Amino acid sequence: MNTGNDYDINNSRNSGEPLIRLENIGMIYKIGDISYEVLKKINLLINKGEFVSVMGASGSGKSTLMNILGCLDKSTSGSYFLEGKDVSGLTSDELAEIRNKKIGFVFQGFNLIQRLSILENVMLPLYYAGLHSKDAEKMAFESLKLVDLFEKGNKFPNQISGGEQQRVAIARAIVNDAPIIMADEPTGNLDSVRGADVMKFFEKINGERGATIILVTHDKNVAGYARRLITVKDGEIV
Amino acid sequence: MGTKKQNKVKFAFLLDLESAYKTLLRNKIRSLLTILGIIIGVGSVIATVSIGQGASKAIQNSINSMGSNMLVILPGSSSLGGIRSGFGVLPTLTLNDAYAIRTLQAVKTDSGMLGMSQQVIWRGNNWTTLINGANSTFTEIRKWPVARGVFFNRQQVVSAANVAVIGNTAATELFGLISPIGHIILIHSIPFTVIGELTVKGFNAFGQDQDDVVVIPITTMMEKIAGTTWVHAIMVSAKTQKDTVLAQSEITALLRQRHHIPLHKPSDFFVRNLTEIAQAANSSAATFTILLASIAAVSLLVGGIGIMNIMLVSVTERTKEIGIRMAIGAKKSDILKQFLIESSVLSLFGGILGVGLGFAISSAISSFSPLKTIVTTEPIIISLVFSLCVGIFFGFYPAFKASRMNPVEALRYE
Repeated sequence: MNTGNDYDINNSRNSGEPLIRLENIGMIYKIGDISYEVLKKINLLINKGEFVSVMGASGSGKSTLMNILGCLDKSTSGSYFLEGKDVSGLTSDELAEIRNKKIGFVFQGFNLIQRLSILENVMLPLYYAGLHSKDAEKMAFESLKLVDLFEKGNKFPNQISGGEQQRVAIARAIVNDAPIIMADEPTGNLDSVRGADVMKFFEKINGERGATIILVTHDKNVAGYARRLITVKDGEIV
Repeated sequence: MGTKKQNKVKFAFLLDLESAYKTLLRNKIRSLLTILGIIIGVGSVIATVSIGQGASKAIQNSINSMGSNMLVILPGSSSLGGIRSGFGVLPTLTLNDAYAIRTLQAVKTDSGMLGMSQQVIWRGNNWTTLINGANSTFTEIRKWPVARGVFFNRQQVVSAANVAVIGNTAATELFGLISPIGHIILIHSIPFTVIGELTVKGFNAFGQDQDDVVVIPITTMMEKIAGTTWVHAIMVSAKTQKDTVLAQSEITALLRQRHHIPLHKPSDFFVRNLTEIAQAANSSAATFTILLASIAAVSLLVGGIGIMNIMLVSVTERTKEIGIRMAIGAKKSDILKQFLIESSVLSLFGGILGVGLGFAISSAISSFSPLKTIVTTEPIIISLVFSLCVGIFFGFYPAFKASRMNPVEALRYE
């Protein structure tokens, strides 16, 4: 049993192993004396470079699955192998390091820090990775260039449109060269034109950078950008 | 490699400071209200300590104005048939005692003293004042130079000359605006030539006007006015302040020998050391300062609780931000550090403003009251360090709370 203490975050990718492998992942919430089984023995394989969308009604357990895949939460049973290493037993700080290096998040509400400039927001994952030099600034600018916001680095989140804010969030997610991008309803707060614009960038980073994209949505049009569809219902993949 | 990493860490710390500073600036009024307690606390520490030090300096000055390194030898009390008289009654001290003391190692100079209240007459004016008989070394022992004219010299003391040096108050009462130098005054119906006027000394620590005095040679005083062979006191100046203790024991030994006092009998004189009096006065000033400073420290503590309060509010308000930072990869220690730096910057800034306030209060006191306050670096450094510690101590709980948040719940917070 891997306790997680010897997990090497920079280990070379195991070519035979899928990027993500869930084995019998279960999640039970206890509120008082009542238990809710939110996820029931989920088994899932996601390979490197895939563009997957996860669909399901609210309450289906897709958000919980998303949190577990994103290493934000730990399952109550089963094993989660990320790049072949079991991460289900890791401490919260070890999970933070995995999120920092392996996973980029894009949320429905953009989730930028209002006080920080666009550039500083994009640099934040690098800051937590221990990079503070001019190199970090260069990396952040490159990321911004990828989402066509190179010239907006010195602006603040409330000075740009929602679509642009979401593109900043994408730039922040990819700045650390994370192999996995998790997007939770990324177009939920945008109109269809802006939404389509944002989706174009997900396709771009999937195609050009080979990043694996896991998209949670209940919008069929948005799910249509993905090449594989996973539907969650009552805590199970159907 | 090592230096590169060090640079990185240093730079990161500056970034953290800058980020904390920006965060606090976004909410100027709140930040200011938060640190108000610290400002007042540190301000009152600086102000009270400056008052205490000013008072202690004033006491020191007033004692020094009597002459530093000074020892006073007083005749002892008598105890005849069980009735004990006070000091200065027995005629045990003579000028010969003073001459003997002069030869001691730790002693620089001496002066026999004999004081007596007498009426002084100049033309139509009269004024009753203290006539002090003293040696020519008086100016040196009392650190009290003449303002104009000269002080009498050794020859004039040896020959018991009829010369007088007049204090400022006595001079004003007798002569008004006229210079007293060269005029003849009558003391006890004996004519004296005024040869000098002393500088203004002011009141002593006991409220006596030290300038209401006429000083004449001790020999003249003893032979022509008092008609005695003994003196009221012998004033001695030790070579240095450190020598006062040595001088005290040397004088005691010498006088006991001269007065033929057996070992089991008490001395018939007392040696008083002004440094002892100064120390007693200083220690009471120090007690006062400690009292004031501890009240100020309590207000600093209250200020710290204010910081904790606002930091807790701030952590709750920024739950979402904490969630975002955690999702991006912030560890517990990163979040802890962020909020600790914020509260430390906040309280240190409060401390700096408080030092400014303390300066303002103490200079206001200096300009509106006779007390001259003294601000030294020590309380400034101590209170800045203390306010930094208050920030870290009271910022720890909110920061710890922030670092323990669950990222999923924190992200869901609106």
